[in-house]
Amino acid sequence: MTELLQFDFMRNALVAGILASVVCGIIGPYVVVNRIVFISGGISHASFGGIGLGYLLGINPIWGAVFFSLASAFSIGGVSRWTSLRQDTAIGIMWAIGMALGVVFVGLSPGYAPDLFSYLFGNILTVPFTDVVAMMILAAIIILVVSVLYKEFLAFSFDEEFAVVAGVPVNKLYFLLLGLIALTVVVLIRIVGIILVIALLTIPAAISARFTHNLKKMMILSVLLGMVFTFCGLFLSAVLNLASGATIILVAGTAFLLSLSLKAEQVQSKKT
Amino acid sequence: MDSEQIVKLNEVWVAYEGLVVLEGVNLSVYQNDFLGIMGPNGGGKTTLLKLILGLVHPRTGEIKVFDTTPEKARKFVGYVPQHSRFDFDFPVSVEEVVLMGRYRHSGLFRKYDAKDREITQNALKTVGMWELGRRQIGKLSRGQQQRVLLARALVSEPRLLILDEPTSSVDARMQTGFYELLGELKHKMAIILVSHDVGAVSVHVDKIACLNRKLFYHNSREVTPEELMETYQCPVEMIAHGVPHRVLKTHEDEQ
Repeated sequence: MTELLQFDFMRNALVAGILASVVCGIIGPYVVVNRIVFISGGISHASFGGIGLGYLLGINPIWGAVFFSLASAFSIGGVSRWTSLRQDTAIGIMWAIGMALGVVFVGLSPGYAPDLFSYLFGNILTVPFTDVVAMMILAAIIILVVSVLYKEFLAFSFDEEFAVVAGVPVNKLYFLLLGLIALTVVVLIRIVGIILVIALLTIPAAISARFTHNLKKMMILSVLLGMVFTFCGLFLSAVLNLASGATIILVAGTAFLLSLSLKAEQVQSKKT
Repeated sequence: MDSEQIVKLNEVWVAYEGLVVLEGVNLSVYQNDFLGIMGPNGGGKTTLLKLILGLVHPRTGEIKVFDTTPEKARKFVGYVPQHSRFDFDFPVSVEEVVLMGRYRHSGLFRKYDAKDREITQNALKTVGMWELGRRQIGKLSRGQQQRVLLARALVSEPRLLILDEPTSSVDARMQTGFYELLGELKHKMAIILVSHDVGAVSVHVDKIACLNRKLFYHNSREVTPEELMETYQCPVEMIAHGVPHRVLKTHEDEQ
């Protein structure tokens, strides 16, 4: 019986890890090349409000997180596009308000919030099957949108002003990209948690960028790296009895440092 | 058709947050024009181009491009932005960059097809960058990157080409080559370029305007020393750029 249970949650963990690696690998490169890492950080932290709301309403916190992360993504986008407020100010405000709402909502919910900690720092071993299904749906949306609009996103990311003149609907793409980041954040929450999400979004993409100059190849490499980090982290955390989310990030961070030393000569030649 | 008026600005004023950038600008550009607009940095040159591209809107005054609004006229316009704006570390190849110029012909949800790729190859041949199509854009020299950006503007088959400081970061030899290329293109389309580099512009273009908030233009190469003085404010700077000599010489030639 315990063996079966073991098999079940290991299977969920593996599927969740693969899904997380795929969406990170696809969206992470966009986050990195568009320099919107901290928008992503703001979105992920703000989504904690949705986790709290989920507890309060007695629904799956994942759907609360979907709502909050999308709302915060569009607010940050709206502020940076249509107001003179500084973007990083807007990010900071959304970041803190989302977290604060989450804390208040959790406090108001009856009883004890059992796996709250796992939403903050992730726990790949406790991902329930319903969340795996939710992750599959979100991942499918992300893959579909990016495969259909690849050339639009490329033109928009490389040179937005030219894209406007060339007739690319850049404002719609900008909000769509923020929306995709929001969904990605939600997919990742169960794996590495709200606080560590930006590492999994950026590290695989940052390493890939050092080895290829093609966005598609960068995505494929990022997906593979994400899988390696997730499974190495999962394995190490089990062996060493450490928190899985944090271990995954530390594996990724170590790999990033190694990649710096591996191609140090190229970085030097770039600077000259 | 040759002398068809394609850009018309009538008493256009532009201001950013209370600061006047363009002051009562009148300008007519014709289909066979090769116009160079020069003026100091911060004189409103880029703003004038963005006005024609519909990226900036006038506070007052009227602007027509190809007899319609700048936004609607974009399909006739090729744009080569300022080089310094780019992140050349971006993971994209030369060919992919040029293909972006085909966007309007390809459209939403569609992939670039064989025709788009053929036109891209031809444009890369035109600018002499054909062999470098598969290179990452950042691996090229600045002059080569500038040619790639020109190719990207050309693949949309524009009737008006707009260039913002096209040779500002390019060495003298590449600069001459680039202007020779524009000299060939001017038979197929109107060209407007802006530059703070008076020397380079005044030698290569057919018509010259001076811009420093106000625009001085006589639909010719003619620029009076007084106008240059007013444009550049500081006579010392003019001498440093070798301005009076070159421009006055042209002036005399035409008389």
